[in-house]
Amino acid sequence: MNNSLKQPANIVVWVVLLTMPYWMGFVGGYTELATRILVMALGAMALNFLLGFTGVLSFGHAAFFGLGAYGAAMTIKYIAPSSMLALFIGVLVGAIAGALIGALIVKRRGVYFAMTTIAFGQVFYFIAFRWNTVTGGDDGLNGWHREPINLGFTQLDIYHNPMLFYYFVLVIFAVSVGIMALLLNSPFGRTLLAIRENERRARFLGIEIERHIWMSFMVSCVFMALAGGLYALLNNFTDPRALRFDLSGNFVIMAVMGGMRSFWGPLVGAAIFVALQDVVSSHTENWMSVIGVVFVLVVLFFPRGILGLTRKANNS
Amino acid sequence: MSLLQVQNVSRHFGKLVAVNGVSLTVEPGELRAIIGPNGAGKTTFFNLISGFFPPTSGKILFNGQDVTALSPEQRVNRGMARTFQITEIFPELSVADNLRIAVESAAGLRLRPWLGAKDRGLVRARIDELLDLSSLTPKANRMVGELSHGDQRAAEIMMSLALNPKILLLDEPAAGMGDQETYDISRLIRRVHKQQKLTIVLIEHDMRVVFNLADRIMVLGEGAMLAEGPPEDIANSEIVQAAYLGKAA
Ligand SMILES: Nc1ncnc2c1ncn2[C@@H]1O[C@H](COP(=O)(O)OP(=O)(O)OP(=O)(O)O)[C@@H](O)[C@H]1O
Ligand SMILES: [Mg+2]
Repeated sequence: MNNSLKQPANIVVWVVLLTMPYWMGFVGGYTELATRILVMALGAMALNFLLGFTGVLSFGHAAFFGLGAYGAAMTIKYIAPSSMLALFIGVLVGAIAGALIGALIVKRRGVYFAMTTIAFGQVFYFIAFRWNTVTGGDDGLNGWHREPINLGFTQLDIYHNPMLFYYFVLVIFAVSVGIMALLLNSPFGRTLLAIRENERRARFLGIEIERHIWMSFMVSCVFMALAGGLYALLNNFTDPRALRFDLSGNFVIMAVMGGMRSFWGPLVGAAIFVALQDVVSSHTENWMSVIGVVFVLVVLFFPRGILGLTRKANNS
Repeated sequence: MSLLQVQNVSRHFGKLVAVNGVSLTVEPGELRAIIGPNGAGKTTFFNLISGFFPPTSGKILFNGQDVTALSPEQRVNRGMARTFQITEIFPELSVADNLRIAVESAAGLRLRPWLGAKDRGLVRARIDELLDLSSLTPKANRMVGELSHGDQRAAEIMMSLALNPKILLLDEPAAGMGDQETYDISRLIRRVHKQQKLTIVLIEHDMRVVFNLADRIMVLGEGAMLAEGPPEDIANSEIVQAAYLGKAA
């Protein structure tokens, strides 16, 4: 346990996140871009709970992101104008799907696990794509928007005030990554690391591998769905691309590029990815190839990701 | 009551009969060695006992209960621990964390999302005890994958010991070790055997280790049991000389 490097890193991360909307403009950004970085970072960190800290690769995690997004959007559009309820339902839908799909696939390993997650992801994609009357089909689900939060004594108008919405997302982000950090530093988290490091040894220490992978999958799906719900609120819109496998791949790229063995790696990966996407896509439609080149360079020169250099610091 | 009773187990791999109707009874507190030439079926026999895969036929009783159909995890929880011929550890974690995972698993804490101060203290004390016993204390915070082969094997034994097993199965603990390391690991095994009256079954090619440690020896050859008895008898047995010791010399 080497905390000497961890503490300063944590401080830097939180200072940057707390002040981001104030300097985003000076570096050519805008508040919604900052919010998008947070949301995608939450998704990448949720994926990485499974990928980096349990050693299990899901290539269809956008399914849970998308379920969170549709759950939230449909709640506001069809049930009740409440952002909190929308997030809650989005997470619930993602959690239920995660529990069921997780139970079906935990026995698979490696490529087979990844392939099955893609397959399930595409099933949800086609449902969203085809079921026009409910999901809006290819055009997506619009005609709704995120609702102000009523705290009783006051109202937070996160709809009209993007700055306020950023901090709303930041609070949810902080609680979420706090919970993930707590879990990773617990016996449960160490059990997951054990599975990542050596499944055979873990099994012969009496650890029920499948049960623990299922639980890790659940944690991952819950926060993925939460990120998806926030994404829908951010855009006041969602469409089938929120579920599609290329988005799943993007989350993997963020985690690997930033450093999947480090806690904050996926945040760094997400920031680079989202910022690049924003800058490059205003010049060319081919933004994905630019990100592809950056990804290849990072993987070549930092095989453990950008934050992989400090890996000794995060040996639990 | 015998601690372990293996009754007439066999294991086929396609046409190959890796273990052929072998029986073994181990009494509490015993240190039993299994020897035999390469490919004799020793590791396969361990895999059957520990539940790595099921036997094609035969039965395994542990502590008087039939465990033949149980998973490895369930057998661990009933008090079986093992090491592997090729070291199985958590290479990118520290020695202390390797032990911590084993200690927490043994204490039934593996699903806990947090630990109280009391539990944390107990876990720490147990880790220190194990480090001390194995002389790994100065290397506690090193990544275990960076340590010498001998230290890695010692760490694996300590992880198995952390489970407070009733029986410890060691697959060639001295494999690939130099003289000094072999001596150290033998001493460690003898110490835990004597101090904790721990029942141990070990597979070993190094005859110094075997004759130094074992109360009784079983000899396997081509999947079948060739001989069984105290070290003196085995050393003088003609079948064994022919099948194994002769070749080794
Ligand atoms: N999982 C398996 N699948 C197929 N064949 C196997 C398997 N495990 C072992 N065998 C075969 O069974 C035979 C016995 O192997 P085993 O590993 O038990 O021998 P051993 O006595 O441990 O040898 P060594 O001293 O070299 O470790 C060998 O012929 C081996 O190739
Ligand atoms: Mg062997």
